[in-house]
Amino acid sequence: MVFAIEAESLTRTFGGKKGKEPLVALDNVELQVEEGELFGLLGPNGAGKTTLIKILSTLLLPNSGTVKVLGHDVVKDSQSIRRRINMVSGGESSGYGILTVKENLWMFTQFYGIPSEVAKRRIDEMLASFGLMDKKNSTLRTISTGQRQKMNVVRGFVTDPDLIFLDEPTLGLDVNASFIIRDYIRRWVKERQGKTVLLTTHYMLEADELCDRVAIIDRGRILACDTPANLKKGVSRNSTFSIVTTPFKDVGGAGQLPGVKGIEAKEQPDRLEINFVLEDESVIADIISYITARQGKVLSLAKSQPTLEDVFIQLVGRGLG
Amino acid sequence: MAVREHLRTLKYATWLGWQIESNWTKPWLFVAYSIAKPISATLILVLMYLVIFSSSLTRPDIYAFMFSGNAFYMYVAQVLFGIVMVIHEDREHYQTLKQIYIAPISFYVYILGRAVPKIVITTIAILITLAFGVLVLGLEIDLAAVNWGLLALAMIVGLICICMIGIALAGVSFLTAKHGMGINEGIAGMFYLFCGVVFPITVLPQWGQAVGLGIPITYWLEIVRRAVLSGSGVENIGGLQSYSEAEIFLFLLVSCAIFFVISLAIFRYADRLARKKGKLDMTTSY
Ligand SMILES: Nc1ncnc2c1ncn2[C@@H]1O[C@H](COP(=O)(O)OP(=O)(O)OP(=O)(O)O)[C@@H](O)[C@H]1O
Ligand SMILES: [Mg+2]
Repeated sequence: MVFAIEAESLTRTFGGKKGKEPLVALDNVELQVEEGELFGLLGPNGAGKTTLIKILSTLLLPNSGTVKVLGHDVVKDSQSIRRRINMVSGGESSGYGILTVKENLWMFTQFYGIPSEVAKRRIDEMLASFGLMDKKNSTLRTISTGQRQKMNVVRGFVTDPDLIFLDEPTLGLDVNASFIIRDYIRRWVKERQGKTVLLTTHYMLEADELCDRVAIIDRGRILACDTPANLKKGVSRNSTFSIVTTPFKDVGGAGQLPGVKGIEAKEQPDRLEINFVLEDESVIADIISYITARQGKVLSLAKSQPTLEDVFIQLVGRGLG
Repeated sequence: MAVREHLRTLKYATWLGWQIESNWTKPWLFVAYSIAKPISATLILVLMYLVIFSSSLTRPDIYAFMFSGNAFYMYVAQVLFGIVMVIHEDREHYQTLKQIYIAPISFYVYILGRAVPKIVITTIAILITLAFGVLVLGLEIDLAAVNWGLLALAMIVGLICICMIGIALAGVSFLTAKHGMGINEGIAGMFYLFCGVVFPITVLPQWGQAVGLGIPITYWLEIVRRAVLSGSGVENIGGLQSYSEAEIFLFLLVSCAIFFVISLAIFRYADRLARKKGKLDMTTSY
């Protein structure tokens, strides 16, 4: 089996000088991504997703462990890796503002040694797919942030990498733009042999709908790694509930009740939406009495289909945030 | 990496640099900023020396020494530090440093390419400064006597060397948070002081002369002066009169070679350290 990505006991820390405790961004991460997979990293803010991507894309060195990308060691053989990868980070509006969309993309294709005819054709095709054709000759400083971000996604794919890293590619984009990008990613992997995508997200729906396999990461550790369907199977059908109540005190305390595996509360102005993952249905009675004892009124109670969010709640006892 | 790939990188980095340098919404702004500013900075220095050492007007050779030193020092001020700015611009302003960095190109060659337009623009500024000197400020240059071959050779080697020093500093600025201008200004001042820019290195104390003789810029300036001001007697001023042009050129080559090795080593080391410490996509602008 050829792995596109293979990490063994990968650890990365930041700081830790002058007697301070170092911050462990990645803690003994084990990860194997096969060629041709669309692989997702799902985790809350600060989980270590970007740090992992930086290490895999040769921007950052690991502290310890071995990391191979497309069969090459990231520490010793970064040049061989760079020829075959690319990376896009969402939510930042990078690019040379004085260049046009076309010029920006063109320059990068030339840095990657793409023959000019191929590059020209590919740029046009991709701009059309992303609805950017009318901005082809606009300078970057005159297009919107979202359009810049789409341009950057094009920049990632236009060099035809064997492995692409997408760090929250749809962050801050509107529904339509997000759809276009997800759709493109999906087709890109499907229609080509052996192309691999590693994407990070904290939108569980994105991970669920898009990825062949998902690793759930929190505080630098990979807690689970499987297909979305298998991950959700791990959460019993009868044990995820969604309760809407009027506001009450000490919501977090409900998470400490025996039999509660995890909760996530979303506060609305006049009510609370709480998702529970329970060991079994019977616990629900205790929860109701906990709420009413604190002057909360249950407005609705429903059994819900497990989502990746519930998987996360079950694993760490809190929501993705 | 193959030479062809490096040339391609050089070509597109130069192109990018030119787009950035020349992209001013109004052309006169470009002229004012890229050409008039360095020229006036140089002329201010020249005039200051004229006021302080008005006696040097009576010695055209000393005047030419000082004038040409200031004029050609523009390369150090504009190109060397322009190169350092490339890293900051790419990292903080355009936020493209990491994209360029993970591309399958030599980052060293990329920075060289970005320096080419700066060299071209600075050359124009120097030519204008020299012309202004000749036409208005009584500088004497005998065009018929200029040793063009020697000048061309010295310019090639000297500019490569200035770029190399710039790249080593650029490597260091990978690691610095703010613009690291402290280091840069320190180095600029050091070169200005020790390399015989406005006064001969012989006025320096022994150790200062030793420092000057270890820096290729000293030899480069000497050769450039001898080539441009051929016949003016300027070769008797700098303190290297006992050496022939060929000998000084050899010193230039040797010191450049040493600087090249040092520059590459510093750059490699800084590059690695930057990857280790996660400085490649750091922004400090907010
Ligand atoms: N250069 C750095 N210096 C110090 N600490 C850092 C650095 N980069 C990341 N960290 C820390 O490492 C941890 C992981 O950060 P990382 O950016 O990988 O998280 P993430 O999963 O991408 O989060 P987000 O969803 O917010 O993007 C965080 O606690 C962060 O503060
Ligand atoms: Mg991140």
